Amino acid sequence: MATEEAGSALSFHPMDQFIVKPLFGDGPINWYTPTNVTLWMALAVVGIYLLLVVGTRGRAVIPTRMQSIAELAYGFVHKMVEDVTGKDGLRYFPYIFTLFMFIVFANFLGLLPRAFTPTSHIAVTAVLAMAVFLTVTILGFVKNGAAFLGLFWVSSAPLALRPVLALIELISYFVRPVSHSIRLAGNMMAGHAVIKVFAGFAAVAVISPLSIVAITAMYGLEILVSFIQAYVFTILTCVYLKDALHPHH
Amino acid sequence: MATTTHDAAGAAAGHAAESAGMPQLDFASFPNQIFWLVVTLVAIYWVLSRIALPRIGGVLADRQSAITGDLTAAEEFKLRAKEAEAAYERALVEARSDAQKIVGQARAEIQKDLDAATAHADAEIAARASESERRIGEIRAGAMEAVVAVAREAAADIVAAMGGKADAKAVAKAVDARLKG
Amino acid sequence: MEGDIVQMGAYIGAGLACMGMGGAAVGVGNVAGNFLSGALRNPSAAAGQTATLFIGIAFAEALGIFSFLVALLLMFAV
Repeated sequence: MATEEAGSALSFHPMDQFIVKPLFGDGPINWYTPTNVTLWMALAVVGIYLLLVVGTRGRAVIPTRMQSIAELAYGFVHKMVEDVTGKDGLRYFPYIFTLFMFIVFANFLGLLPRAFTPTSHIAVTAVLAMAVFLTVTILGFVKNGAAFLGLFWVSSAPLALRPVLALIELISYFVRPVSHSIRLAGNMMAGHAVIKVFAGFAAVAVISPLSIVAITAMYGLEILVSFIQAYVFTILTCVYLKDALHPHH
Repeated sequence: MATTTHDAAGAAAGHAAESAGMPQLDFASFPNQIFWLVVTLVAIYWVLSRIALPRIGGVLADRQSAITGDLTAAEEFKLRAKEAEAAYERALVEARSDAQKIVGQARAEIQKDLDAATAHADAEIAARASESERRIGEIRAGAMEAVVAVAREAAADIVAAMGGKADAKAVAKAVDARLKG
Repeated sequence: MEGDIVQMGAYIGAGLACMGMGGAAVGVGNVAGNFLSGALRNPSAAAGQTATLFIGIAFAEALGIFSFLVALLLMFAV
């Protein structure tokens, strides 16, 4: 894309912000190398620690601001799990809350200027989604045995249609982790890339005010998207978990 | 395809070849990301399940029980207030009936005094009336006698003036007869 | 020369793939609009259905994101 623009003032590098680089030096990236991924994930852990542990250290009955936020997050996810999966889904609440807090913090920290967004990488979201998929599938078989396959056998449909529906259900079941991961990564990547493209336009004096307004607007949208995507990821996890616990339609 | 998209000055100088195109599809960085992601998730899970979630859950439960306790206390206070109100009402009713009784007693006493005074006054009035009657009777009797005497005298004088000789007895008889008639 | 034609095709394909995002936009608008009209008819039931609303929007949006991804792949990875 930028190849053609090499001579002009415009140069777009919307994808540069997603490059994984080592924190120290220029060596190759081994599996253990501390990279910017490590940095921003560590920042997410620190943020979660500050909010949920340091923020609640008072254990006050009348909460401070930080404690209110922590309780709000707790109550939000707790209610979501309880509403979608039912009472027996609450056993998996810490796991779902971990996913939610990680995604929220990674998304919001990624909105800082010059930041790196771990959740914009397919590798990260694919691991998250595959973890959910494998957990849910194994849990379904452990809890229900072969009855878990009833998820694919729509007993309310006419008998002739059932094999076709079973095939469709099976395909949609295996597409779940794909859409689950690409939705999150794609949303984060798209927003950041669009902001970067507008930032590239800001180099031209005539359109730079417009481009700055556009960046501001996109930034607001991205704040919304950051939260909504974390919410959607979490609630879909809850829905899949409900399917595993109660496979009958 | 010529994807020498990135400036050499960009930080990716070392792996310009790998990071060309979409960094998301740079498979060389996958093990690294996955490793650190797993580390991060385990750290978050550990912190949450060991420290944060029991604490927040405990705080929420405490608050719930405090609210419930306060509500029951408030209910108790309300009940007590209602009892106090009932007692007050009762006291008010008693006080009112006492007052009624006292007023009744006072009225009865006053009535008694009044009756006694009235009776006394009536007796006095009756006594004075009879006294007056008696004196009026006396005065009337006296007056009658005087009239008779004056009439006899006048009759005797008239008889004398007409040249007769007045017989006192006869005159008196004649006057008495006239007065009776 | 041949590389140029391939690149041209990739860019045209990327532009075409972006049209799919319009479909996602229509879908998301449809979901939200229908939710709103239903919510105005029966506001008391609306609060319980926001989760369903977001799931519906997420499903509709995911397809737009897929087409965006295809565009990105054509531009940067092919």
